[in-house]
Parts: sequence; structure tokens; C-alpha cells
Amino acid sequence: MTTAAQLNRRTAALDGLAKPAKTPLSSKRRDSLHGWAFAAPFVIAFLLFLIWPVIFGFYQSLTSQSITGANSELIGFANYAEAFGDVEMWRSLGNTLWFTVLSTIPLVVVALVLALLVNLGLPGQWLWRLSFFMPFLLASTVVSLFWVWMYNPQLGLINDILSTFGLPAVDWLQDQNTAMIAIVIATVWWTAGFNFLLYLAALQNIPEQQYEAAALDGAGKWRQLFSITIPNLAPTTILILILQVLASLKVFDQIYQMTAGGPGGSTRSIVEYVYETGFTAYRLGYASAVAYVFFALIIIVSLIQLRISARKGAS
Amino acid sequence: MTQTLTPPASSDTPPRIISARPRRKPFRPSSVVAVVILAVLAIIWLLPFAWAFVTSLKSETDAGAVPVTWFPEGGFSFDAYTKVLTEGNIPQWAFNSILTSVVITVITVVISALAGYAFSRIDFTGKKVLFFVIIASIIVPPQMLIVPLFYQMLAFDMIDTYWGIILPQIIAPAMVFILKKFFDQVPIELEEAARVDGASRLRVFTQIVLPLSRPILAAVSIFVFIAAWNNFLWPFIVVNDSSLMTLPVGLQTIESAFGVQYAQNMASAILAALPLIIVFLFFQRQIIKGVATTGFGGQ
Repeated sequence: MTTAAQLNRRTAALDGLAKPAKTPLSSKRRDSLHGWAFAAPFVIAFLLFLIWPVIFGFYQSLTSQSITGANSELIGFANYAEAFGDVEMWRSLGNTLWFTVLSTIPLVVVALVLALLVNLGLPGQWLWRLSFFMPFLLASTVVSLFWVWMYNPQLGLINDILSTFGLPAVDWLQDQNTAMIAIVIATVWWTAGFNFLLYLAALQNIPEQQYEAAALDGAGKWRQLFSITIPNLAPTTILILILQVLASLKVFDQIYQMTAGGPGGSTRSIVEYVYETGFTAYRLGYASAVAYVFFALIIIVSLIQLRISARKGAS
Repeated sequence: MTQTLTPPASSDTPPRIISARPRRKPFRPSSVVAVVILAVLAIIWLLPFAWAFVTSLKSETDAGAVPVTWFPEGGFSFDAYTKVLTEGNIPQWAFNSILTSVVITVITVVISALAGYAFSRIDFTGKKVLFFVIIASIIVPPQMLIVPLFYQMLAFDMIDTYWGIILPQIIAPAMVFILKKFFDQVPIELEEAARVDGASRLRVFTQIVLPLSRPILAAVSIFVFIAAWNNFLWPFIVVNDSSLMTLPVGLQTIESAFGVQYAQNMASAILAALPLIIVFLFFQRQIIKGVATTGFGGQ
């Protein structure tokens, strides 16, 4: 610090420039003060409502705490040992992964198809965009009310449509074979519009010249789709995939609202398991341990994604 | 870690923006097929809305009648709406939703913009480490914090309060990142000139930088508002008192309150959906732009 200041003073003297009032050190200190003052409101909230809960949650996971706070003592990693032997924990983890696989693929493909069709430039642009994007603006509860009603075995529209084709009625949300699929369909309807918009934005950034050149070379529309459009969309697809997988792993709302994890726990997600152990069984310590297992899953998936996208970026 | 969550749409390249009307291409006969497919898909997408709306206009008897019909014997009426609006808690929930979402949006945008500006323009001790921690924290799923946050709110005596709903929702590390990236692109010359003239940092920020940042501030606000308006899990955890519930949480309780009142349930759902749909109809352009620019970082 001193040497830098001395050097600075020397150069200033050499240049014959007199800057007596502000030495570099004081302006640096002032910058520091300003920087922290600007960042402070966010940093305080960040420490209070994000960093502290992360630390405190980990501490809780090492205790036998219940919601009354009574009999709370440090029990080391016993909660984690219990979680790894807990069939229900593994089952909800499995359900979460299954939901992620089932939902991610249509949420990418359907969004892409919708964007490609809308991008053809047909009349009524605002209407198409409104139709496909509007569900994304709905609260999960509204989506769940709509779809529970659609899936109603006697009064629902879906079974009514099935019956006009002579198909038997299905108890969508109460049947172990269909409950998860029914939730996935509602989820695709709800959130595909978001990916659709991201694809639409990316499509409009593909240079027109590429298509003109391809047309000159005699490439047909389908050929152009697969050799120009889809490759140009690759970065968007990778990002949508990354975000979609992470979003699907965090699923809770619509499952809890539509089936409450049933029938027989067949749709219970890991977040719901955290909620239920914490707020229904009142085992806060154990719930925190399950929350950290969930966090570990998120970190592992993120690291895998990072490796894959880094490799894609390199090639 | 940061790489995974770094949105290219909001980084060095200027934000991609969907134009109001995409390039018009010459209309070909083959487009007829596309129109038909698109129309079928749009009808499928609108069907749940339409069905809920028609149900909400039926009498309870017609709504529960088999076989299912689009045209009820008793005709259509707004009875379900009047009933829900006069007897239920929906107006109160709507008020709670508006209040908490607006406060969350204002606080989030203000503190994120201040922090984003500090990271973009000011050299301060510990800046790099702090920024790294904030970016790394994007990976923390809010869902994993419900238990410790609930405990914290218990300690702060904020269970069943507006602040209990609001405070844990004001931290948006991704928005700090997006705003910092935006401020990085703002030409620094104007600020330097003002600084030389003796303007304080805060003045430079409020009078030069913020007016230049209106589009990104609008985008971030829209995104934060939609997320807050629709948040279910946290308000559901922190509020038990029905008069303090937000719309999404309150709606979850109506099925038990009204029993199997299908028309009233659908009327409530439609009423809860309306505000954002109306906002969308008015601000379609801005919302679509907002999602396209902040979307990648906001999830």
C-alpha cells in the first residue's frame, strides 16, 4: 500500500501535477465505503433470509428438534443415517426424478413445436402467443383447480371427451397408473408457454441470410428446419433443458394441490416430503436433513449439467 | 456453478427481444395445414379456461349434473360470482396479494439495483468474494429453506404477518446479476462527467443511471411481481389466519370451505386468474420482453 502510494506520489511529482487533496489511499477507502453502503441493504437481507437459514437448517439437521422445541439435542448425523434408510424418502426422491424425466421432454418438445408453428408468421400473432403463454401467468392453485375439474371422473371434460370416442372413464388422479401422467399433462399446459417464449425469441434471431443461402442451394423447408433452424437453436435448447430439469426437481405446488402426494404416496415429491416431515409430523430436525439431501441432489445435477455444457461449449 | 446459471440472454449480448410482429413471410397454401394444427393446439390450450368459465356461469345443480354439457338447462348466470364475492374471503385475499406482491417488488428492485450498481461500478474491499457468494447462492432452492425460515419467523414473531410473507421473498440474487450486467453496458462517461462536477454517487445513480435503466427495471419488476403474486409454498407455510392469506393460498382452502360447490370453485379460480390476465392484455409487449430478457436468470 505504502509503496503504491509513494510511487503514485512520485509519478504525480514527476508529472508536475499537484493533487494534494486526494491521495490514492483515501479515495480507495471512500470507494470501499460507498460500495458497501450501496450493497448493504441487499447484503443484510441476503445474510438474514438466505445465508443464515442455510446454516441454521444444517445445524437443525443435526438435532432431534421438533416444532415445540422440546427435547432438542445434537444427535450428529443420525438424521442423515435415518434418511438413507427411509423407504419413503427414497420413494419421494424417485417420484421427483420420474416427474422430472416425464415433464422435461414434453416441456422442451411441445414448446419448440409451438414456437416453430407460431414463427411461421401466420395472422393472429397476439392470439397465438396469448393462448400458449397465458397459463404461465396463473398461480399453481388456479391451475390445480382447473385441472382437478377437468379430471373429475364423473363431471370432468376429459372423461366426457373419452366417452364420445367410446373409451372407458378413468379416475385420473386417484389411479396409481395415471396420477403422475395427469399431473405432468397439467404441468406442460401450465409452463410450456415460458419455454415457448424463449424459443420464439431465439428463432427471431436466426439470420435470414442463412435461409436464403440454403434456398439457393435447393434445400427444402424440412431440410432447412433440420440443418439451419434446429442447430441454431441448440444453445437455447441446452439452457431450457438445464433450467427445466432444475425447475422440475423442485416440484411441489401442483402435486400437493392435485393429489396431496397420493394415491398411496405414488406422486409425493421430495419437497413435499420435507414439508410433511416438518409441518405434519413436526420433526423439524429430520425435515432439515431431508432438505439437505434434496440440496445435495440439486448440486449434483447442477455439476453434471456444468460438465456437459462445458464439453458442449468446448467442441 | 455460475456457468450453469449464467443467462446468455442477459450477458454480453444485448437482450433478445421479441418484436411485436415477426417477419412476415409470403402466405403459401401449405400454411393452411399449419394454421389448422395451430388452431387445434390453441383450442386445446384454451379448453381448461373455457370449461372453467362455463362451469362458473352454471347453477350448482347444473354444474354437478350428469351428463356433462356446455349448455346448462338452467341457463347462465353470475350467481356463483356474487356468492363468492360477498360470502367468501376473495376480496381480502386479493388485497393481501396486491399488497405483499407490490411491497416485495419495490424492495427487491431497489436493493437489487443498489447492489448491482455497486458490483458494476464501485471498487470495494471484498467485492469479488461477495459477488461470488451471491452468484453461487442462486443454486440454493428456496424450497429447502422452509423449515429454518419458519423457525426464524417464529423467533421474529412474524408468523401470520405481512412482513412474514414479504421478507423472505425479497432476495433475488439472479436479479442482482442481471442488473449488474446491464449497468456494465451503460457508458461510464456520463457518470464520470457528473462525478467530476461534484455529484455524489447516490445522485449519479438516481439521476443518471436509473433513468437510463428503465427498460431493465421494468423487466425485473414484472418478473419479480409475477413470481411473488403466484408464490404458493412460502405464504402457505407462514400464514394460517385466513384473513392474511394471499390468493393462491386462500384458494387452496376453498374446496373445504364451499364443499363440492363446483360453480363457486371455478368462479373463484377465474376471479383469481383475472388480474394477471388483464395486466397481460395491457402490457403484453413489456411482459413478453421481460420474460425474454430476465427469464433465463430468473428461474
